[in-house]
Amino acid sequence: MTALQIVLSAVALVIAVWLVVLIVMDRQPGDVLYGALGVLEVGLVVQLVVGLVMVFGDHGGVNVAAYVGYLVGALAILPAAFLWSVGERTRAGTGVLLVAVVVVPVLCARLHQLWGAR
Amino acid sequence: MSNRSTRTGLGRVLVFVYGLFALAATARALVQLATQASTAPVAYSLSLFSGIVYIVATWALATEHRRLALATIGVELTGVLVIGTLSHPSDIDRASVWSDYGNGYGFVPLVLPLVGLWWLWRLGRDSVVQPPRGRSSGG
Repeated sequence: MTALQIVLSAVALVIAVWLVVLIVMDRQPGDVLYGALGVLEVGLVVQLVVGLVMVFGDHGGVNVAAYVGYLVGALAILPAAFLWSVGERTRAGTGVLLVAVVVVPVLCARLHQLWGAR
Repeated sequence: MSNRSTRTGLGRVLVFVYGLFALAATARALVQLATQASTAPVAYSLSLFSGIVYIVATWALATEHRRLALATIGVELTGVLVIGTLSHPSDIDRASVWSDYGNGYGFVPLVLPLVGLWWLWRLGRDSVVQPPRGRSSGG
């Protein structure tokens, strides 16, 4: 994986552990956690830009449609989870955030896999 | 606990996971159809079908349409079992989310309909048998 993908995955996993703690303690996410999610989202935007530059450069036959699909799809996950989770301020709402955050490393791994399959 | 609905509690998480798969399956199918439709039109149409099933199931669960949710999740379970049995794991290019029982997606496509059916069953049972006061945990 690229350095950015490793950082994004690590940040996502830290937030995931954090969310598990909140769920176990039955506490609601606060501003700091939402800030961390915002930082992660900014990182995903950076990944989109970097990814687009890579794809439109010498990509050596990578599946461009799939690659861009993952890059763009990754941006939608966290905002969608946020909107859906605030509709229910319970452990379940926090669980939605947890699912979304866990998906981020999976998407990073898929991007890495697609790039490696050139 | 909040009122019993297909979209609260575990249902809230379930709707989100269904939404993720609606996105994943549909996007995958569209990419396949847009870039290599002539290679395997049947496989890719199937891929698109699975995406549509997830979209309808997501919508049904999110809007409390229990019968429709039950029907689509039933189709989903049938789909993942049939396609899982018929598909060849080596056929990666032609795969859908249901191929090889959803192996490419951590087998979540196999587990998800079971959780969905269990969830609907539990809601249905609660609304029939549940006394008006609070509920005991578990079941």
